[in-house]
Amino acid sequence: MRLRRVKEFIIEKLIFLSGIASIVFVVLIFIFLLREGVLLFKEVGLFSFLKGKFWYPVSDPPKLGILPLILGSLLVTAGAVVIAVPLGISAAFYIAEIAPRRLRDALKSCVEVLAAIPSVVLGFIGMITLVPFIKSLFGIPTGLTALSGSIMLAFMALPTIISISEDAINAVPREYKEGAIALGATHWQTLYRVVIHGALPGIIAAAMLGIGRVFGETMAVMMMTGNAAVIPKSLLRPVRTLTATIAAEMGEAVRGSSHYYALFAIGLVLFLISFAINFTADAFLRRGKQRQ
Amino acid sequence: MKTCVSGLGVALVFLCAFALAGPAAEQSKSLQIKGSDTMVNLGQAWAEAFNKRHPQANIAVTGGGSGTGITALINGSCDIAESSRAVEDKEIKQAEAKGVKLNRETVAMDGIAIVVHPKNPIKNLTMDQLREIYLGNIENWKTLGGASKPIVLLSREFNSGTHIFFKEHVLRRGNAKGPEEFSPSALLMPSSQAIAEEVANNENAIGYYGMGYISLKQKAIAVAKDAKSPFIEPTQENVKSNAYPISRPLYLYTNGKPQGLLKEFVDFVYSKDGQDIVRKLDFVPIK
Repeated sequence: MRLRRVKEFIIEKLIFLSGIASIVFVVLIFIFLLREGVLLFKEVGLFSFLKGKFWYPVSDPPKLGILPLILGSLLVTAGAVVIAVPLGISAAFYIAEIAPRRLRDALKSCVEVLAAIPSVVLGFIGMITLVPFIKSLFGIPTGLTALSGSIMLAFMALPTIISISEDAINAVPREYKEGAIALGATHWQTLYRVVIHGALPGIIAAAMLGIGRVFGETMAVMMMTGNAAVIPKSLLRPVRTLTATIAAEMGEAVRGSSHYYALFAIGLVLFLISFAINFTADAFLRRGKQRQ
Repeated sequence: MKTCVSGLGVALVFLCAFALAGPAAEQSKSLQIKGSDTMVNLGQAWAEAFNKRHPQANIAVTGGGSGTGITALINGSCDIAESSRAVEDKEIKQAEAKGVKLNRETVAMDGIAIVVHPKNPIKNLTMDQLREIYLGNIENWKTLGGASKPIVLLSREFNSGTHIFFKEHVLRRGNAKGPEEFSPSALLMPSSQAIAEEVANNENAIGYYGMGYISLKQKAIAVAKDAKSPFIEPTQENVKSNAYPISRPLYLYTNGKPQGLLKEFVDFVYSKDGQDIVRKLDFVPIK
């Protein structure tokens, strides 16, 4: 009897540990980033870091301004969102409400396969197909542009957006739909006026999580956006993103140099922005649950 | 979640095991070589050939960049750092603080080829023209006698020894502390292969990389030191004779003078067979 209680106690504590592990990890990651990143601001002011227009980290003295990188990340993300969100939500409606059962199953597994393709493979395919295509389509000097990155990232965000939106649409209570149809609404009117309102918080959350995925993506953008650290003037110009900067430079940064700390500070900026995005998504998801 | 935690535990145990195995394995005739991506294939080829003669030796070669290798050498997690640049003051200070005495061996030369699309009519450039192109002052091929098309600048990433060498040698004319920088509009490509790919597909592009990457899909430009000098092609002979103006030494760094197995390896690199491998991989032997 006692043995059983001890066993139960241990199992309970283990489960508790597993439960809080993810929180502990997030906090530890944040503390670590902060510890290394903050050292940068002994040498460079916070505002000259965030608002500086030039990124020449290996020069002497280094120029560590990440404004072009922040704008690069935002531009690529915005482009991807404009493409992926309408496409993803329409696809989710089609799969959840319109597609015949067999087609629905096929589509769902295709979406899952799309989610499973490693980003480096998508980046590689994009580099040899999409990049030359964009170049000749717009007649621009090079196809390594923000737009190429956005299109590829849209592909990567689609599975997230589709599956979460679809769940949200399926979670709309049956009575709403039945009520609408009983009042004489057509299928389209039901979808457009009733279902979309019921599912809206979930759909917004899906979009936000998609944005988070795009914002944090590294490999594909590094391969397709040209990585020139200029303040982007249009989608048809090369850009350099925050993530690509860390990935490309961490291997070579001299440990303890301001370049090294600057990369951690970039990590911190990324962490805070992603956190804000996820937090917003979570808030919307919770609002959706409360309503039901 | 639980499996996740226990998986992490297992991973940690492995990590510790590896960390402990590092210094312990040193006695059992093993060498860790780490560093420059430019040199990783070279290191691999040397290791394989060396292994045939010393089957008991256990050599691991990894890339990551010159800085990664030097940091690893200073921290004692590798025996040889491959580097395509000389160590920096900061790294020397760190090494001193850890009691590591950096010893440099110059083992090969590398010529940096300037490449354009084969259809580009430009064949020759002077160092000054190259400099103006990469500073962003010449933005159209017309200025150089080509078609009226914008120049697309391709450069390597900041983490590349080639990037630093090109900046100090071409943009700053050998003055490492000069103020010149690559034009911000230069595209920073993640690998030499990515530059080769883009140059092969883009008639507007100009790029640079180690001469091992030249193929029929790109055209190598002949470079002249100044307006009065002849234009020199990037070939092994021209790099060896120092006639080609953009070449650099490749180094192996060790902690103190190499001894034991380490010395045998370095001697092998300097031997005729070792230098033949250098030639085979399109670098330039120093002997």
